[in-house]
Amino acid sequence: MATHIVPLRTYILVWVALMILLALTVALDSLDLGWGNTVVAMTIAVVKALLVACFFMHLYYGEKLTRVFAAAGIFWLFIMITLALCDFTTR
Amino acid sequence: MSATTAERVADYPPHPGTFVEEGYSLKSWLLTTDHKRIAILYLLAITFFFFLGGAAAVIFRLELMTPQADLVSNETYNKLFTIHGVIMVWFFLIPSIPAVLGNFLVPLMIGARDLAFPKLNLASWYIYMFSAALTIASIVLGGVDTGWTFYTPYSSMFSNSHVMLAVIGIFINGFSSILTGLNFIVTIHRMRAPGLTWSRLPLFIWSMYATSIVFVLATPVLAITLTMVGIERVFHIGIFDPSIGGDPLLFQHLFWFYSHPAVYIMILPAMGVVSELISCFSRRRPFGYSFIALSSVAIAVLGFLVWGHHLFVSGQSMYGGLVFSLLSYLVAIPSAIKVFNWTATLHRGSIAWDTPMLYALGFIGLFTIGGLTGLLLAALGIDVHVHDTYFVIAHFHYIMVGGAVMAYLGGIHYWWPKMSGKLYPEWWGRFSALIIFVGFNLTFFPQFILGYLGMPRRYHEYPPEFQIYHVMSTAGASILAVGYVLPLCYLLWSLKYGKPAGSNPWQATGLEWQTHSPPKTHNFDVTPVVTDEAYTYVEGKEQFVG
Amino acid sequence: MADSGAVLHEQFDDLAQQHSAVTLGMWAFLATEVLFFGGLILSYVVYRHAYPHEFQFASHQLSVKLGTLNTAVLLCSSLSMALAVHAAQFGARKRLVFFLIVTMALGATFLTIKGFEWRTDWVDGFVPGSHFSFVSHTPRVDARKVELFFCLYFVMTGLHGLHMLIGIALLGFLTVHASRGKYSSGNFAPIELTGLYWHFVDIVWIFLFPLLYLIGNHAA
Repeated sequence: MATHIVPLRTYILVWVALMILLALTVALDSLDLGWGNTVVAMTIAVVKALLVACFFMHLYYGEKLTRVFAAAGIFWLFIMITLALCDFTTR
Repeated sequence: MSATTAERVADYPPHPGTFVEEGYSLKSWLLTTDHKRIAILYLLAITFFFFLGGAAAVIFRLELMTPQADLVSNETYNKLFTIHGVIMVWFFLIPSIPAVLGNFLVPLMIGARDLAFPKLNLASWYIYMFSAALTIASIVLGGVDTGWTFYTPYSSMFSNSHVMLAVIGIFINGFSSILTGLNFIVTIHRMRAPGLTWSRLPLFIWSMYATSIVFVLATPVLAITLTMVGIERVFHIGIFDPSIGGDPLLFQHLFWFYSHPAVYIMILPAMGVVSELISCFSRRRPFGYSFIALSSVAIAVLGFLVWGHHLFVSGQSMYGGLVFSLLSYLVAIPSAIKVFNWTATLHRGSIAWDTPMLYALGFIGLFTIGGLTGLLLAALGIDVHVHDTYFVIAHFHYIMVGGAVMAYLGGIHYWWPKMSGKLYPEWWGRFSALIIFVGFNLTFFPQFILGYLGMPRRYHEYPPEFQIYHVMSTAGASILAVGYVLPLCYLLWSLKYGKPAGSNPWQATGLEWQTHSPPKTHNFDVTPVVTDEAYTYVEGKEQFVG
Repeated sequence: MADSGAVLHEQFDDLAQQHSAVTLGMWAFLATEVLFFGGLILSYVVYRHAYPHEFQFASHQLSVKLGTLNTAVLLCSSLSMALAVHAAQFGARKRLVFFLIVTMALGATFLTIKGFEWRTDWVDGFVPGSHFSFVSHTPRVDARKVELFFCLYFVMTGLHGLHMLIGIALLGFLTVHASRGKYSSGNFAPIELTGLYWHFVDIVWIFLFPLLYLIGNHAA
């Protein structure tokens, strides 16, 4: 079977990074940055999601087509939100 | 297609018989994982639903013969057009070409033994049947009166009909679509025969691939939307409820994010079928093969960008309306590319007027009318005038019936010899195609005029001056009904009395014609190795050898 | 790796093709899941844009502590799921069973904590519908729109919880099979696929957490 074996060390490091990011996002929540808080929180969420997808889900090691499929879902979600907001933000 | 078979021999255990001879018991059919048998199961089911949805149409067309309400009450009328819409959209049109022809042909056309996930394929049929049972139950128990669009807040708060059952039925139906799409995507990516590159794929496969993208990426949005409607109805958790600040327009956005692409689920497979038919019966390689192929993918993608044109008069912002109007025009480009390429293929081809070709030619004309009237509807100003009138009804019936159903019937006739191993009576085939074409136009063309004059959709009474058009439409519908019953009769007849078809009655190219009719369980005796594209017709030559 | 114990289904030519097909199928399925939750995300964005004050106020009613704890629990479960797949790749049966059980236990912990949160919401009268009893004392906050936030909150966390339940059920099924030695280093696709699903559900929560819990402290 053509699966990539990820070293245990990588898994542990990714998990540590995830926990640090979690602590970071909660800590930053106590600062008042206005809209900046949402931007910061969502950026951290994206980084966490990428870590999970790339290493736990082996996207980083997988073939290109799998990455295209993963991106497609996100891209279509982007289409849905952007175009719907063309209406909701301009009423 | 020229395919050498010498390189790979005896890949699988020998299956002496055709897929039909594999077993005749009910169990052998209901537990099959053979894509060809599952296609037949789908064929039986959707034929039933086609005539059920048609029966509802017959009743309301009869009601509309007179301006007064004399045959059915207004409540019954609402339920009839809802049944017609729900059944025709989700239980006939969406599964029609993909689940019947696609299931049967995708593995055959790419030289595979089966789809990637045969058990999921069977599961998708059972899911379809279960969802159909729930929807039928909602009809038997008293029906649904919301229209097939289930607009909130009527569907979520006010309607006293069996909305929940129907919503659950359609929700579950979505899983069968998703499984079919997922299966096709993986199969087309992973299971093509050696040498069958993307640029050699039959155009039908390209269209199935594009359709599957829509299946997989649009259907879940319908699922979540219906889930929210159901939750609102049962638990009063009102996400679309205006009384707590909810926005019914959000429902419409979500619903049409699925339902507009769903139109492309219906028409893309039809375009794939027509590409095959035009090429075979004009004995030419499709003009602009790569343009036809890529325009399928373009339609699938662009189809996701236009849903807001259903909301022009619903309270959407003017800016939103402008954006969606502009984007809607973009879909016309790949659609027109296809139509021009088909006509260019016909040019200087040696055209044979067989039944499938009649349907294909009918498709091109009717689809063009449907598409061009769609451009009118995408224009903000005109849409204000004709929104929710019979103009819209006529427009989308030209696409769905004139387009999708014509192509489906053309495809059924074209591949019938492959599926059944028998030839249907050609004269009856041509005769029915003609009747359907005439009946269709008589039914729906007057509706363009009706709509332009101001007749709104979903009313069972109307001013007397509209009667002449309604009578024409009803008369057309009865002709159309005859046209649809005829193929049912002679195709069934041909199963017993038809002449044996042989493996390639049309002298067509393409892998599916290189194996037996009906195919054996494993499709090919040896895995074909493909060395050329799917359309290797020698141009300008009559190739019917006899 | 040894191919021992792998079953090649007859529609495939070889195990590599079979493996690439099932992986691709799972990713295609996950793409549908993205859009399933995507409908909810869009609803959230639209309403938060329309009612920023009420969303801030309502979010403030949720316990950031419990939310953080739950996020941590779920991140740990993802690690243990990854370790389960790792064990499966080496055919280490005991290790596989162990990590599957740990993953399930962490999933159950998540749901238990979530259940306590829901119970608190119920007691405080934040459950939408006839039971909703929140009365606003500030003109900036319209109680009805607070209810709208909680509609979204319950549907989002509810559907996420349902996905967790399905995940736990799948893991239970795998644990039984794994303890009977059904999987080997050449045959562990079900574990890999369930892993992908589990991580995906984790990712959904990674986004739900800031969207629902972390907007309470700030003026929008």
